[in-house]
Amino acid sequence: MLRYANPTRFLSLSRPLVPWLGTLALALLAGGLFLGLRVPPDYQQGETVRVMFIHVPAAWTAMMAYGLMAVASLVGLVWRHPLADQAAKAAAPLGALFTALGLVTGAIWGAPMWGTWWVWDGRLTSFLLLFFLYLGYIALWNAIEDETRAARAAAILALIGAVNLPVIEFSVDWWATLHQGESILRKGGPLISAVYLWPLFLMALGYTFAFFTLWLMRIETEILTRRARSLMMSAGEA
Amino acid sequence: MRALLWRDIRLAARAGGSAMLALAFFAAVATLVPLGVGADLHLLARIAPGILWVAAVLAALLALDRLFQADFEDGSLDLLALSPLSLETVAVAKIAAHWLTTGLPLTLLSPLLAVLFGLKAIPALFVSLLVGTPAVSAIGAIGAGLTLSIRRGGLILPLIVLPLLAPAVIFGAGAVLAALDGLSNGALPLLGAFSFAACVLSPFATAAAVRLNLGS
Repeated sequence: MLRYANPTRFLSLSRPLVPWLGTLALALLAGGLFLGLRVPPDYQQGETVRVMFIHVPAAWTAMMAYGLMAVASLVGLVWRHPLADQAAKAAAPLGALFTALGLVTGAIWGAPMWGTWWVWDGRLTSFLLLFFLYLGYIALWNAIEDETRAARAAAILALIGAVNLPVIEFSVDWWATLHQGESILRKGGPLISAVYLWPLFLMALGYTFAFFTLWLMRIETEILTRRARSLMMSAGEA
Repeated sequence: MRALLWRDIRLAARAGGSAMLALAFFAAVATLVPLGVGADLHLLARIAPGILWVAAVLAALLALDRLFQADFEDGSLDLLALSPLSLETVAVAKIAAHWLTTGLPLTLLSPLLAVLFGLKAIPALFVSLLVGTPAVSAIGAIGAGLTLSIRRGGLILPLIVLPLLAPAVIFGAGAVLAALDGLSNGALPLLGAFSFAACVLSPFATAAAVRLNLGS
């Protein structure tokens, strides 16, 4: 793992990987969407059950992105690898995007099913807070000019904000309001019929691979931007 | 440490008077709400816990961006970092001074505003603010440390700190609402636990944040 903390080695690994991951993500998303549109309508929710296939994986990916960002921040803080800082920085806008997607699709699903776009329920509120945490993280990073300082300050913030993740995860157990409880990864097996589980599973994998593709691309861009900047600096000095 | 605490309290009380400013801001925000939602006392009594809690948190944020910044600019923070006091101790003193000059006065003023809102559960509001405002100072100090070197840090600070303070508002206002309804729910103990954890952990995070901004 540490072998790839070297940016050049990382690039040599990530560059060939990106097209494969991207293709895989597209294929999984296409398959998931195809299956998702072919499943029979739910006996209660009707056609709107299909929103699940884009909503649930978005929420999972948003939380995974924060988890990865927090881990990268910790690695950056402890071992001072600039690449870990870049990885954390690159994950934040993606995480914010998936969080926004989760919030919007949730609202679109909620409008016909719950009769309201939004409720102040534990899961929804903590997820909105996740969005603000991402925004604060991005803003803090952009506001501090010195790169290493910005990286460390943002890392501390990311680690403090990580307490929100378990709150989101368990919010449906703590506050039983509108958002349904855990129905997939629960003791005694999922509560969802296998017909729906398959497209959901494919979509979740597709989202995950899409995230990793974009993440690697953003890290590459960060590395190359830094190189271009240092080249310009040295050219300016000469 | 005690000297530092007293110095900060005196500074807040005199120059700029951030303590008085926070109180005035608190009262002004609380006054605007009835003008906005109408003077129905039943409604106001119902939303008073939330309003007063939010106003108190916002008022406490006002003085936060100067928590370390003034000392950072005139170099006394460097002296403090070089002194035998650890930065963690400095952070404790700063948090305590901030609470004594904002959280505590806000708590003391809150019963008066609660009367204006027709709130019945005044003791519950008082206790919840007394227990919860230290968390605001403690978590706010982390934000102040992180935004220390940013010139307009006061603008980013709320974005960073407010999401982290959500539990304080939820449990704080929840405890008052529970008292209003005659329920005994766990909000107040949870608020105490949150506040305690924040006060214990914050000095370390704050010191780390200040340290990274002091390092060259």
